[in-house]
Amino acid sequence: MMANLGYGILTVTFLVTLYSAFAAIYGESQKIPALVESARRAMLLTWPLLTLTAAILIYLLVNNHFEVQFVYEVTSRSMPTYLKVTAWWGGQAGSLLFWSWLMSAFASLVTLRKWDRDREFLPWVIFVACITMAFFIGMNVFFENPFAQLYQTSTRIEPHTFQPANSSLYIAPDGRGLNPLLRHPGMVIHPPMLYLGFVSFVIPYAFAIAALITGRTDDRWIRLTRRWALWAWLFLSFGLVLGGRWAYDVLGWGGYWGWDPVEIAAFMPWLTGTAFLHSVMIQEKRGMLKHWNMLLIILTYDLVIFGTFLTRSGVLSSVHAFAQSAIGPLFMGFVSITLITSVALILYRWDSLKSETQMTSLLSREALFLLNNLMFISILVVCFWGVIFPLISELFTGQKVTVGPPFYERATGPLFAALMLIMGIAPLSAWGHSTLKTLGRAIWKPTVVAVVITVAIFFTYTHNGYALIGFFLVAFVILVTLYEYWRGANARQKTQNENIFAALWNLTGRNRRRYGGYIIHLSMMLMAIGILGIELFQVETQGTVSTGESINIAGYTVQYKEVASWDDIPKGVNYTRAVVDVYKNGIYLGELHPRRDYYADAQQNMTIPGNRSTMRDDLYILLVDWEPASATGATFKIYVNPLVNWLWLGSLLFLFGIFIAAWPEKDPEHVTVSASRHVQQTSAAD
Amino acid sequence: MAELTNAAPRRGVPIWVQIIIWVFLVGLLAIVAVQLNRAQEGTVQPGSAISDFTFALFEGYEYNGQSQIKLSDLRGQVVVINFWASWCKPCEQEAAVLQAAWQEYESTGQVIFLGADYVDTPTEANIYLKKFNITYPNGEDRDLQRARPLSQYFRITGVPETYFIDSEGVLRYVHIGPLTSIEQIRSQIDLLLK
Amino acid sequence: MIGSPSRRRILHRAQHAILIAFIATLFARPVSAQVSPPTDDEVNKIAKQLYCPVCESTPLDVCPTEACRQWRDLIREMLTQGKSEADIKQYFVEHYGPQVLNEPPNRLVTYIVPIAAFLLGAFMLFRGFQAWKKPITTESALVEKARVDDRKNGRKGTGPIQDPYISKLEEELKKRN
Repeated sequence: MMANLGYGILTVTFLVTLYSAFAAIYGESQKIPALVESARRAMLLTWPLLTLTAAILIYLLVNNHFEVQFVYEVTSRSMPTYLKVTAWWGGQAGSLLFWSWLMSAFASLVTLRKWDRDREFLPWVIFVACITMAFFIGMNVFFENPFAQLYQTSTRIEPHTFQPANSSLYIAPDGRGLNPLLRHPGMVIHPPMLYLGFVSFVIPYAFAIAALITGRTDDRWIRLTRRWALWAWLFLSFGLVLGGRWAYDVLGWGGYWGWDPVEIAAFMPWLTGTAFLHSVMIQEKRGMLKHWNMLLIILTYDLVIFGTFLTRSGVLSSVHAFAQSAIGPLFMGFVSITLITSVALILYRWDSLKSETQMTSLLSREALFLLNNLMFISILVVCFWGVIFPLISELFTGQKVTVGPPFYERATGPLFAALMLIMGIAPLSAWGHSTLKTLGRAIWKPTVVAVVITVAIFFTYTHNGYALIGFFLVAFVILVTLYEYWRGANARQKTQNENIFAALWNLTGRNRRRYGGYIIHLSMMLMAIGILGIELFQVETQGTVSTGESINIAGYTVQYKEVASWDDIPKGVNYTRAVVDVYKNGIYLGELHPRRDYYADAQQNMTIPGNRSTMRDDLYILLVDWEPASATGATFKIYVNPLVNWLWLGSLLFLFGIFIAAWPEKDPEHVTVSASRHVQQTSAAD
Repeated sequence: MAELTNAAPRRGVPIWVQIIIWVFLVGLLAIVAVQLNRAQEGTVQPGSAISDFTFALFEGYEYNGQSQIKLSDLRGQVVVINFWASWCKPCEQEAAVLQAAWQEYESTGQVIFLGADYVDTPTEANIYLKKFNITYPNGEDRDLQRARPLSQYFRITGVPETYFIDSEGVLRYVHIGPLTSIEQIRSQIDLLLK
Repeated sequence: MIGSPSRRRILHRAQHAILIAFIATLFARPVSAQVSPPTDDEVNKIAKQLYCPVCESTPLDVCPTEACRQWRDLIREMLTQGKSEADIKQYFVEHYGPQVLNEPPNRLVTYIVPIAAFLLGAFMLFRGFQAWKKPITTESALVEKARVDDRKNGRKGTGPIQDPYISKLEEELKKRN
């Protein structure tokens, strides 16, 4: 009953979104404001409807309604309640609903604001948002019904939306349960974070399309959606980091990123999104790079949809890919239509996106931002090519190939290094006129200090060439960024007579976007330290030992003490836990407990590492889960991951930086700049 | 002042650039679409004529004194091709059934069973075959004529899968998953023998 | 007897060599019998460069399935037989297809596209930059150009199209940036 109610409400919502979309553009084209207003109200209606739908689904999930196919597939009696709730996005049908729910929330938020100044955007924003929503809800209604129930016919048990003749409802005694890999706090937040990021990017895209259609291609659409883009980027970045942390904690591969096609599918919109965030600053300040900004937001949106498509259609082989299903071709169609329409629009409006000012120097800040865009797009091309190449190879040569980490690391390494270099130079460059002399004068000091630091690293830590280049760049960027802080605080101290702390506080407070952004740059450099450490200096070993024996690696001695095995019947898990003693250079450091959890319902193992973390390195011990473990022989795989915790520290600082950058503020600069432009235009008309 | 009040001459994007952009875009979408189509195709369907292939047998197996079998040489017999792997648990369920069925039909000379070992190691394959006493011809999943896996031709979606080909070389029945009883095999073969 | 003393000496030496070689073969044994079984690390070093032929995107050294365990054992077996890393990878490619390697066999095609795209992008940027340097017919650009020219000529900013309000604003902007 509840399931049918849920499906009914979902279908109504689908119709409402279609109505809203078409009422908006019909009302706009026929100049009927009342119809546009009706469309707006219809759109506002979608969120309560979807919330109700979601509430029903969660009710079914939590109450073990295994006659509903989705509930059967992703929950089981042994799962705790919070996991049953989060199972909402643990399967294809539920995650599509989750997508739609978020989309309607954001579209409603945007629609709720006062629309007096930018009324011409409204119908198009509603149209784009509602068409996207209609697509995802349509997927649910027609192909992946989260409320489909299981019916026993004469031959088998099948899922149906409506009860077929000569069948009865089939209620399984227990569900299949969520994949054990997903029953981890990181995995609980990772998909919602990513979806929040993906869906938030739809809003700037909708405004961009509205700008192209109405011809209002100045920076108004950017200002309106600046905060959306920033929050979208926050969620997406954080989702990626969480995914990495989860992989590190739970996958048992000793790594945080595998260049898996689906990881890359989430990474690609992040690349264009980051480029977009930087590039819009140039349009706001100098009226340049308008083509770039349109292109970047269109790419971001289409990569989001394309990435969702790749994940779910089964066209790629990937650890993440959801089971093959019929929605592949539909996603393909949607991607094609949106891509073709967006490109057609931008070509149509190409001339109206001309720059208002000119670039006078290759070394100016505008030029460096342009170079920034080039680097991000190049990394995007590398990633996209790596994902597409197996498809092309199979199509044209019949040969299946795999593009793995070596290609991505080799191809993106130099590009990331170039980005870091730009990160260091750009804050010191000047707007407009900038020469080698002026830039050189600003750069030489941080460069020298960075070189000194690198030489110190050479003598104390490593001779590895790549690492030294990496550390040099990290030091360079950190120095430049700190210098920017010092310079700004210094200026405040002199002019406002503040002490250093008040100066720093007020400096950041008054210029949140810039100085929050610098904190983000700093956090990225900390993450870079972690990445350089684990990628270039990781060592591993594997061995089978009996109790009392030890394994040595990188100065550590790991001694196998004992192993114990027990069942947790209510949870349906069998635990095998080993105890090892850790020594370094003879000094006892403590115990670690690598574990193997066997989930009976899913017949799958989870390997939980015993991990000792310091800023210097991680000692990461796995009980190799495919070998039997007993007192006479247990197989351990041990990784030593130098500097990896700088990666996690950096991501915490990153969160802090984003909050500062995104915190709403009165922006005195923007009032002045737009006023001056308006003044120029009116004075010419006189 | 005339230059100031005129808008910049409307150029748009040059036609040749537009053409390149569209060709590239459409080409990209086409490639993905074709591959998606392939991914969704599923196995070779009943009713298709199976093209000739050459199949090499493991050591210890032979057919008519030869260590290779060509499908065209089997014309006139019902051919049952079973894809299996030693690491595949469900395959073990059906191994005994297949061997029993083979023993029933071998003497008639009208049916031939072929086992194709999918993505496996020779050592383990041997152990598996010995364990279940499999006597019908078995070999590595490979089509020597086209130098590619036989499973790729049949577009199998996993193991075990069994393909029943009639005496004229046309595929008649595909069984996905383990064969659960000798009755299943008998009924299919008897149908094809008529 | 064969001929001159030097020839005889050469033949003598050759006979010695043949005899020694023959005796050596009696003592030769396959290398494996004298080498200890390969360690897990040696197996993993090769498995790391391969992908599981059946699982999705899982490197062979971390893959937990039965099948992968067998393939790692196969690598171990081949190492014991003295096969080299290249031999083992070749074997895997022959039997399981090129998708088992973690890099496409044809390096050139894989790398050429990103490199070409980057060069093309850089070239387009350069061309764009040249185009930007050409005069643009909007007021703000002319104002900008006038200011630049003034600075170059050392003048103080009293060019043809200067509104005192605008120049004050521009100064404010300079200060804030």
